[in-house]
Amino acid sequence: MPTIFIDGKPVEIQGNENLLEALIELGLNVPYFCWHPALGSAGACRQCAVTQYKDEQDTRGRIVMSCMTPAVEGLRISVDDAASKEFRASIIEWMMTYHPHDCPVCDEGGECHLQDMTVMTGHSYRRYRFDKRTHRNQDLGPLVNHEMNRCIECYRCVRFYKDFAGGTDLDVFSSHNHVYFGRHEDGTLESEFSGNLVEVCPTGVFTDKTLKKHFTRRWDYTTAPSVCTHCSLGCNITPGERYGELRRIRNRYNRDVNGYFLCDRGRYGYEFVNEPRRPKRPMRRVPEAAGNQFREVTREEAMGALGALVRDGGPVIGIGSPRASVEANFALRLLVGAENFYLGLSKDENALMAATLEAVLEGPARQPSLGEIPKHDAVFILGEDLTNVAPLAALHVRQTVRNKPRARARALGIPDWNVLPVSRVIDTERGPVHIATPYGGKLDDIAASTFRATPDAIAQLGFAVAHAIATDAPDPGPLPEETRALAARIAADLLEAERPLVVAGPSCDSVEVIRAAANVAWALCRRGRTTAGLFYTAHEANSVGLEMMGGGHLEDAAAAVLEGRARAVIVLENDLYRRADARLVDAMIEKAGTLVVIDHLMTPTGIRADIVLPAATFAEGAGTLVNNVGSAQRFIEVLRPAGEITESWRWLRRINTAAGRSTVTQWVDLDSFLRELVGELPVFARIVNVAPPASFRVGGRKIPRQSHRYSGRTAMNANIAVSEGAVAQDLDSPLAFTMEGFPRMTPAKLMASFWTPGWNSAQSITRFQEEVNGPLEGGDPGIRLIEPAAGDGRPYYAPAPVASAATGTLLAIERLHIFGSEELSARAPGIATLAPTPYVLLHPEDAAAVGLAEGEMAEVLLTDQLPVRLPVVCAPAIARGVLALPRGLSGLPFVSLPASGTVRKAPVA
Amino acid sequence: MLSNLRTIWLVFKHAFAKRVTVQYPEEKPALAPRWRGRIVLTLDPDGQERCVACNLCAVACPVSCIALQATEDETGRRYPEFFRINFSRCIFCGYCEEACPTYAIQLTPDFEMSEYKRQNLVYEKEDLLVNGQGKYPGYNFYRVAGLAIGGKGKGEAENEAPPVDVRSLVP
Amino acid sequence: MAIDFETLRPLLIIVGVLGCLVLTASLNIWIERRLLALWQDRYGPNRVGPFGLGHVVADVIKISFKEDWIPPFADKAVFVLAPAIIMTTALMSFAVMPFAPGISVVDLNVGILFVLALSSIGVYSVALAGWSSNSKYSLLGGLRASAQMLAYEVFMGLSLMGVVAMAGSFNLRDIVLAQQGMWFVVPQFLGFVVFFIAGVAETHRIPFDLPEAESELGAGFHSEYSGMKFGAFFVGEYIGITLISALTATLFFGGWQGPLLPPVVWFVIKTFSFISIFVLLRASLPRLRYDQLMTFGWKIMLPLSLANLLVTGAVILMRQ
Repeated sequence: MPTIFIDGKPVEIQGNENLLEALIELGLNVPYFCWHPALGSAGACRQCAVTQYKDEQDTRGRIVMSCMTPAVEGLRISVDDAASKEFRASIIEWMMTYHPHDCPVCDEGGECHLQDMTVMTGHSYRRYRFDKRTHRNQDLGPLVNHEMNRCIECYRCVRFYKDFAGGTDLDVFSSHNHVYFGRHEDGTLESEFSGNLVEVCPTGVFTDKTLKKHFTRRWDYTTAPSVCTHCSLGCNITPGERYGELRRIRNRYNRDVNGYFLCDRGRYGYEFVNEPRRPKRPMRRVPEAAGNQFREVTREEAMGALGALVRDGGPVIGIGSPRASVEANFALRLLVGAENFYLGLSKDENALMAATLEAVLEGPARQPSLGEIPKHDAVFILGEDLTNVAPLAALHVRQTVRNKPRARARALGIPDWNVLPVSRVIDTERGPVHIATPYGGKLDDIAASTFRATPDAIAQLGFAVAHAIATDAPDPGPLPEETRALAARIAADLLEAERPLVVAGPSCDSVEVIRAAANVAWALCRRGRTTAGLFYTAHEANSVGLEMMGGGHLEDAAAAVLEGRARAVIVLENDLYRRADARLVDAMIEKAGTLVVIDHLMTPTGIRADIVLPAATFAEGAGTLVNNVGSAQRFIEVLRPAGEITESWRWLRRINTAAGRSTVTQWVDLDSFLRELVGELPVFARIVNVAPPASFRVGGRKIPRQSHRYSGRTAMNANIAVSEGAVAQDLDSPLAFTMEGFPRMTPAKLMASFWTPGWNSAQSITRFQEEVNGPLEGGDPGIRLIEPAAGDGRPYYAPAPVASAATGTLLAIERLHIFGSEELSARAPGIATLAPTPYVLLHPEDAAAVGLAEGEMAEVLLTDQLPVRLPVVCAPAIARGVLALPRGLSGLPFVSLPASGTVRKAPVA
Repeated sequence: MLSNLRTIWLVFKHAFAKRVTVQYPEEKPALAPRWRGRIVLTLDPDGQERCVACNLCAVACPVSCIALQATEDETGRRYPEFFRINFSRCIFCGYCEEACPTYAIQLTPDFEMSEYKRQNLVYEKEDLLVNGQGKYPGYNFYRVAGLAIGGKGKGEAENEAPPVDVRSLVP
Repeated sequence: MAIDFETLRPLLIIVGVLGCLVLTASLNIWIERRLLALWQDRYGPNRVGPFGLGHVVADVIKISFKEDWIPPFADKAVFVLAPAIIMTTALMSFAVMPFAPGISVVDLNVGILFVLALSSIGVYSVALAGWSSNSKYSLLGGLRASAQMLAYEVFMGLSLMGVVAMAGSFNLRDIVLAQQGMWFVVPQFLGFVVFFIAGVAETHRIPFDLPEAESELGAGFHSEYSGMKFGAFFVGEYIGITLISALTATLFFGGWQGPLLPPVVWFVIKTFSFISIFVLLRASLPRLRYDQLMTFGWKIMLPLSLANLLVTGAVILMRQ
């Protein structure tokens, strides 16, 4: 621990950091703009100036930029001396010469880093009397708003967008005070991480366009810690509520998961919560009416009917959901009994998840957390188009390529925080990322090699790599020469690395790919690379948690109904038409006497239900989700929903009570319910520690959901009744729906809104970290539920024999889209406009072979399935012999994949 | 003791002094222009709402009796979708007026707003808007702010240069 | 049986006196407010009825409809009894008061002693109210009242002895008649001052209102009282003021005697003048500190009244 002298006083610092980071860690208020904890130092804004002294005798000193000064032993500086103070004030004054007079109408106002820094330096009066430079704005699509006048030229946006996130369509143009940050022309930002510009930009150039429609200032949000439900990674988020509506999502720092950034699906997918046509009360089908008509009924009526159904309606089966919380699935399991509980995953997906869990639990390779990915220096991706499946994992994998040049820079004495040298060489010199996928993805631009093949061939490559790493790993058999060579190269890169990483997942619908990935990681572990990571993605927010619970799959459930073993079906937060062939679901619904659907939105399954119960979304209730690496994370109610909307597990408890089962009446709140869950399923034992219990208090007070500046409390509902009603009570968490309490003393697991005096912007996060880029004070939220087996006796997977495809047929596989493939976010207007229309993706040569060209209508004929008509999209970056159909886009019926089939020109109707 | 007697005498003499009480309903007191009474929302010189829904009045309000929601017209001009003051809570401290960056919210010399029902003390935007500029004539926020709105493009505000042509190579 | 006027006369007087007293007490509220306002350059209540007199009626209506609440922790019986005592004693003192020749309830030859005795009993009201309320502010108020009244009772009696000696009688009518030549205020000026100050203290009015010092004790001994019981204390206090004023007029300013106007009118004029002085004191003087109150009583007033008695006695002896 080096010692530096601030104003002559010795202070111990962490070391291996720059002076600005050291000062921030000491809690000093040093203004800065271009430095960002994730983006490092650029030395561009000249704002973080301090005075450095040569030795004890030196009284004049010289001004240095603290972000570009290494904090080394014996450094003598002053932060509050007159010279550097005046320097910093003049820098702000310069920046403000052109800053427009529009804070009142700026969405950044109130959480603006520029405002904070201006106040911090004391600038208050514009002496510059000449005209302000102005810029025209661009339309950057439905998610990000552009207001270029506000720019202070800190270059953070391009450093994030281009250097960090790999975007190509945002850049800096022109020179001197004409510098312009934008696209070459109007148009939607192409990067999936464009929403982070809102938080990265220190002022209001880039703001949240979906928020603009229902703008709320930072201090007016009701917030609670929450977890993103739009993919399996479980990024930590802070949803904000105002006037009973979910208004926006902000990133919630968690070093082990998302760090500082979110993908656009996570940030903008929230709007489905505000869908006006959501069911708000229990609904029953109107039997005599034609079509699908429902009437709203009271809770008592619905519970009476359901209680009777469960009590004496014969066997009832429950179909769970990978997007419902652990609690909701368990409540359903309790209601119908373990033998009647089905996971709600299709047979294929269930097999994939089972294979994933097996590989993680039985083998020696550990799953790194999402936040650990950037520390790996060689990556092998099997079958996953990460940008669309697990977007933030793609962002983190992109950072791994810096590790190799960074090591070289380190050898030259350039510290890690000095990011510019690495950025200069990154185009020609980067760490190895090998990608083997059936079709191209956005990560290809950093890939050392790309391998386009069918899932089976990808699996064979994986097995070959494993065999090349450790010869005792089974060999997949004869392979083409190039594939062998590639396998050898990948193996060499992985072996050379300090921390190799293997990434795979369910996107290829191939258990073999998952096993091949496991073999590679295990081979590395057994060659002594114990830091080797095996990172599996999953499809949905709680896929892993659901699989840990165990149960039959959807086809089993259908069989049970069709064989007459069940008279009623309860479907929990699941649209069966997205998971199984419509014919099978139709047959099942027709055979089942009663269909009960508990869901947030009206889905095609919900429309066919006899009784619909409105379920709370992630923002409206509490629950726990288990992410792709088995880490359990709690989401807490942000807003009290309208009508009868409540958590699914509460509905199921009520049905249980209505059915006269007294045992369940004890679990009135989440804590007591979790005790019940742990008693029944010990695998979840640590879930009770995910967040403090509801009885937790800070200084005898609950933790406030509202900021201490929350406004309008006595007027917001005064139009309805001038007397303020009672404050809603939350039984499931120690959070209160008020502004009373001690927000600064909130433990990290319950911290949703990061604020300290003088730091209103997203940059305040550095005040809550143990060190810059370190964990939150008191530890990051999230508890790992699954760990690899202690011993290493697990034999390698043996490759399955590959059946050669019949000539003339194509293999149809699914392709995921960040916008549109996920069910709930696709209902958000902002995301929906970005979702592609359904298409079929073909290699140009495959298309030409059947006489199709880009844009023409094709008819896809798959074995045992109804023909689908789709326009053709041709891309050379797809393996020959493969056609890809997008998954889950609206307007596209469910197609069971992978399947073999043919494509032909659609006959003119 | 003598000072006590003097006190009594001085007080007694007030029996013949003029009374300062204003006999209110019959006799109206003169209120200063800056009297802090009923709150109004004013219009700018062009006759449009001055309020830009920045929320500063709401956050400055010590009794949290102001609630509003911002919205925008199709040209990007921001205005309050609703603006509500619960006068049954208002303490007429004037902080909202001080916080207002656009001179929109102003306190007026009118205090005669008693009601028999508290509900009637909840004023909506229609009740608050007055047809005038109030104490600060001539100020128009959008004429000085850099935001483009209908009728005022980029670079057309006061003290603004025309927009930069990014493609120009002229220094 | 024929009812002749002479048999009805005492009854009429009793009813008349009681009625007038209660009326005076409530009128006092109005007088006090209007006078305070006058001396503070205000108007005071002037909205209801002529000159705001209707405010008195409004007050009575209001106080009768207020919840009459007895705290659960209070000693209920004593709590109810206390306000009754002060009303009774204050009213009974007027029994010996000669309002005019021939208008008095009884013509008691120990009239002054009777009044002093009743005012001593009145102390119980305050002390019991303070004690039975079972709250600390009330108890402190009650204790202060007891100590204060005990102290001031002593020289109140002594200050009157000069008058008694000069008139040669305890009978109030005789005292009035003895002042035909000269009001006793002239020879007994010291006695008058001491008596009036003691009277202010007896009614615990400003500047001697320590038992109900609102800035320290809430409302002192009647903190826990509400509704008509509070009203009883309130009215009791005003009757007390009237009593002291009437006594001062009787003992030192020749009672009903005066030229031209009928005797009752003179009596009323004199009484109301002293009531006004009570209000003037309230309008101008601050409250004493408790130790100042006790020092003033025991160290100044008591020696003064003793000296007064000594000198009076000496002069009377010299004249004989």
